[in-house]
Amino acid sequence: MHLSPDDTIIWQYGIFRLNTTIVATWGLMLFLIIGSTIITRNLSTALKRSRWQNLLEIIVMAILKQIEEVGLSHPRKYLSFLGTIFLFIALASLGTIIPGYEAPTGSLSTTVALALCVFVAVPLFGIEEHGLGGYLKSYLKPTFIMLPFNIISELSRTLALAVRLFGNMMSGAMIVGILLSIIPFLFPLVMSLLGLLTGMVQAYIFSILATVYIAAATRTRHVPSHSNPKVTP
Amino acid sequence: MLLDWFTVVAQALNFLILVWLLKHFLYQPILDAIDGREHQIATKLAEAEANKIEARKEREEFRQKNEAFEQRRATLWSSVEDEASLERQRLLNEARKEVEGFRNKWQAALSKEHQSLSEEITRQTREEVFAITRKALKDLAAISLEAQMTDIFVQRLLGLSSTERQELQSAFQTASPPTIVRSTFHLPAPQRHAIEAVAKDVLGIQTQLQFETDPHSVCGIELTANGHKVAWSISDYLITLKSRLDELLKQPPKPSVKPSGLSKP
Repeated sequence: MHLSPDDTIIWQYGIFRLNTTIVATWGLMLFLIIGSTIITRNLSTALKRSRWQNLLEIIVMAILKQIEEVGLSHPRKYLSFLGTIFLFIALASLGTIIPGYEAPTGSLSTTVALALCVFVAVPLFGIEEHGLGGYLKSYLKPTFIMLPFNIISELSRTLALAVRLFGNMMSGAMIVGILLSIIPFLFPLVMSLLGLLTGMVQAYIFSILATVYIAAATRTRHVPSHSNPKVTP
Repeated sequence: MLLDWFTVVAQALNFLILVWLLKHFLYQPILDAIDGREHQIATKLAEAEANKIEARKEREEFRQKNEAFEQRRATLWSSVEDEASLERQRLLNEARKEVEGFRNKWQAALSKEHQSLSEEITRQTREEVFAITRKALKDLAAISLEAQMTDIFVQRLLGLSSTERQELQSAFQTASPPTIVRSTFHLPAPQRHAIEAVAKDVLGIQTQLQFETDPHSVCGIELTANGHKVAWSISDYLITLKSRLDELLKQPPKPSVKPSGLSKP
């Protein structure tokens, strides 16, 4: 039993190791891009439109609305980043219904990579909004004494993002694997369904936390902070 | 080893590439389509609003035109009704006048006809009376009507009271000649002599009498001189007969009695 799909090496050349995680990610990317291209090839601006276009519009509008509700005033600017996080994680979890498939989000490397992306994106969006000085000053708020705690907070929350997603996805796969060896009928199916639900919830949590972090970095300080949704995993 | 840094870097790159690709192949086209639709809907709503305003304006115009038309129609109708009423009154008056004229004419014609009929009846009756009398007298006593009439005329003159005789004598003696004896039929010589004799005796007329025949006069004998007249005629009998005939004609007709043998089956 292996804990991570990184362990399954398909091709290796020096440090370049093509493992299951990367291949599955490519597969998901291909699916998303080809699907999007096919659906958006004949988009209709009229009132009558195809069902697939309708589905994509619902998804995109729901993500936009969610971003706006968290407190970002220009949700379209963050749609690509946050929407892709959600779609990637959700699709990675949804793929577990395919036999033999291993979710790339079940790999700590993937979750760390996503967390690092958020870790980098948050200050970038903050600097874009307030400038470098304005953003860095936010680490000294409310007093300069809080500077180390703010830095630790940044790092720890990034680590928490990565480990939370990895733990949940990996545990789901592990539980199903273990149960298959003990009770091979019905029960693993129920657990698999539960894992699917957990994956969706994790996709939502990851993307909404990223949104909250970005919102916190880009928000002007006089805005009351109680508008932040309190999301706990 | 749970963490493979090569995989981490590769996945981060993969993720960033995916962000870029999805931005171009998913989010942007979808957002453009949504924006296009919203714009289209907004345009249509604006058009609908404009159409609504236009429709409201046109409806108001139509309503005003309709009201004006109704008022004009009512005015015209009223004037037409007045004209029709006047025309009707005029036609009725004309018709009344015409009817009145026809009635007057009819009444005149009826009256004329009645008069001519009455005259015809009188004439016919007279002729019939004379014919019957003539025949009856001839058959019964072998005497002529003229002789009998003359006899009656003479008897009437002879039967006058003395006061009447004096009045008539004074009247005829002062009258200028000629004294005319007018009769319906030609009087024979004996009757003429008889009249001359009684005129001389009773009325004291010394002059020659002049005998004339007037077939259109009322049947009888009359003696006239200078506006004075002594006469006998059957006019009294005819008047009585005419009044009785008139009474008979005025009575409603009695229902005719059906013959008993001719009843319908």
